Amino acid sequence: MSKVLGLGTAKSGVEHWWAQRLTAVALAPLGLWLALALARFETLSYAAVVEWMRAPVTAVLLLATVITVVYHSYLGIQVVVEDYVHAKGAKLLALVLSAFAHALLLLAALYSVLRVAFGAAL
Amino acid sequence: MARIERPVSPHAGIYSWQITNTLSILHRLTGILLTAGLLVLVCWLTALASGPEVYAGVHAFYAGTWFKIPLALWAFCLFYHLSNGIRHLCWDLGFGFGHAQIRASGWGVVFVALAATGAYVLGVIL
Repeated sequence: MSKVLGLGTAKSGVEHWWAQRLTAVALAPLGLWLALALARFETLSYAAVVEWMRAPVTAVLLLATVITVVYHSYLGIQVVVEDYVHAKGAKLLALVLSAFAHALLLLAALYSVLRVAFGAAL
Repeated sequence: MARIERPVSPHAGIYSWQITNTLSILHRLTGILLTAGLLVLVCWLTALASGPEVYAGVHAFYAGTWFKIPLALWAFCLFYHLSNGIRHLCWDLGFGFGHAQIRASGWGVVFVALAATGAYVLGVIL
């Protein structure tokens, strides 16, 4: 019975594993793109960066990068906490804080990129 | 019943450090440091969205001389985590599991990460 109900083992391990790999595959080109795109600036002046971020290709790739990297980071930190934080209360606290922090990071990044891309911040 | 004190595996005190387990822990360490780098990246994006005055202050901080040290560190973390991540994905696909292959790909990852970091630090950060 417990086998049928899936109560025996990690229950949702496959989804976590798959999401970590899927975001990793996406981040290989996206991370490299961002590192090289930022490298091409002579100086990261306000005007130059805003002009770059207003190009639709930049904005879309940046949104994709931010969503993927925050999700990948959330999954990775979760694994590290589960593996190394053994006290029950501390583990729960760390997982909750990580979830909230990653949600805030995602919202701040999405809002900022969209605001600059749509041109409201001049 | 009293617990019998047997040696447990991996017995950390006598565990022999090899390229494989060193790179494995380095993958996690660089991942954690990259999460800290993500925080800095999002601060930069938020400053950009807050307008030229706020951005100027944050940019002056990030462009400072001492900040080149964490930037170089994050560059290494990115290139190491990226190349070792590709190594992990190859394993997931079932490639490169031989003992010699695992060691060779490990040294390959170290070489690629150091070369890419060196190029990025010399060409971009400095």
